Amino acid sequence: MLITKINNNAIVTNEYSNNKLEVTDESDGCGAKFSVLIVSDKFNGKPLLARHRLVNSVLQEELKSIHAFTQKPLTVEQWKAK
Amino acid sequence: MNSIIRRGVLPVYNNVFKATCRSFAETGIKEKIDQIVKNNKVVVFMKGVPDAPRCGFSNAVVQIMRMHAVPYESHDVLSDENLRQGIKDYSNWPTIPQVFINGEFVGGCDIMLQMHQSGELVEELKKVGIKSALLTAEEAKSQEKK
Repeated sequence: MLITKINNNAIVTNEYSNNKLEVTDESDGCGAKFSVLIVSDKFNGKPLLARHRLVNSVLQEELKSIHAFTQKPLTVEQWKAK
Repeated sequence: MNSIIRRGVLPVYNNVFKATCRSFAETGIKEKIDQIVKNNKVVVFMKGVPDAPRCGFSNAVVQIMRMHAVPYESHDVLSDENLRQGIKDYSNWPTIPQVFINGEFVGGCDIMLQMHQSGELVEELKKVGIKSALLTAEEAKSQEKK
């Protein structure tokens, strides 16, 4: 349920092509522990803290019910370099 | 007449009084946090204490600090509900742990981990006059090679 919600929100990236969004449920079913890999042009030129804040602001409501949330915001270039 | 005044004024007075108390509590914790992060080079707000972290994310930050041999002050948010909410409001950050360097919010567990991996953390520590143990070890290695 929460995964769908996060996916629907698409962490602001869906409007852009060549983005990647991977949501992993690490909660063993209770749905309160997530790990998210986000690749987006929106992160270009933004320091790590600003990227995290951007994601946090989009997921403001969801985060209230998520107990543990891990995010890895990467630019498209960083992702390609991997 | 008296009772009208009492009925009319007291509730208002009471509400004002309560509101004032609340805002006093808020400014109180904000100032307290301000003091804490400005009086220490590195501060970690975490769940539990460094010797017994009570959350995996807090533990990860403690381990990173240990690797770099960083002297830091830690505060347990689980023992102070006022601090637990206060720190989230202070930094506008939804989760614990939170790391401050030189009075500035640096990030939570993910950011610390990524800064550790990228080498950024060593640089940030250098800026405040803390030499990472990893840097010291690296230098010792290159000395040996010479």
